[in-house]
Amino acid sequence: MTMLHTINKSPFENNALSSALKHAQKGDAILLIEDGVYGALKGTTASGDIWARRVDLRFYVLSADLSARGLAKGQLIEGLNLIDYAGFVDLVTTHKSSQAWL
Amino acid sequence: MKISILVNEGPYTHQASDSAYQFTKAALEKGHEVFRVFFYNDGVNNGTRLTVPPQDDRNIQKNWSELAEKHKLDLVVCIAAAQRRGILDEGEAKRHGKGDGAANIAPGFRISGLGQLIEMGIESDRLVVFGD
Repeated sequence: MTMLHTINKSPFENNALSSALKHAQKGDAILLIEDGVYGALKGTTASGDIWARRVDLRFYVLSADLSARGLAKGQLIEGLNLIDYAGFVDLVTTHKSSQAWL
Repeated sequence: MKISILVNEGPYTHQASDSAYQFTKAALEKGHEVFRVFFYNDGVNNGTRLTVPPQDDRNIQKNWSELAEKHKLDLVVCIAAAQRRGILDEGEAKRHGKGDGAANIAPGFRISGLGQLIEMGIESDRLVVFGD
């Protein structure tokens, strides 16, 4: 029973990402949207949290929100998947439930 | 698949209303049924027809109303949250003695209760939440 976790805040603003990572189960998907995309940047003090779970979780970044902030794939932690809104819809339908970490 | 959406944040606040709109549009384009969009807390401010954003900015309320018309969407505004924030339909404006023309619920939206949120949770295959 896999779950989709959505995070819409930067890890430098609140602890939504770290809370989600602590609760997510093997096979779950983590989707970073809105300011949550800052959590996908490599080389930050928060990058290690995602890197530590890269094997048992799958990570997705909403590309529109990434480019809106002037960020590009080359700046992200390796192994993350860029998706569009259609991909977001697919993640919702292919997981049993979704949890917004607000 | 039957999908419902909950919007907890007002328009032009952060990004939740925009994200919810884009998600709803994408779900419809993929052929899914959007059972209902429920606006709660400051999210009810998506449903006032009195918003007049600058012409070069997106009009979030109008986007919702047009999407609702095109796809026969059920856009529901929480009544208690709406009354606190001055969102009224004809019936509520009259009931509270606010005078003629005070109703400001936007086209395509309707005011109802939390039961509608519970129902959409039961009736839908998926519930997706957008907020602050």
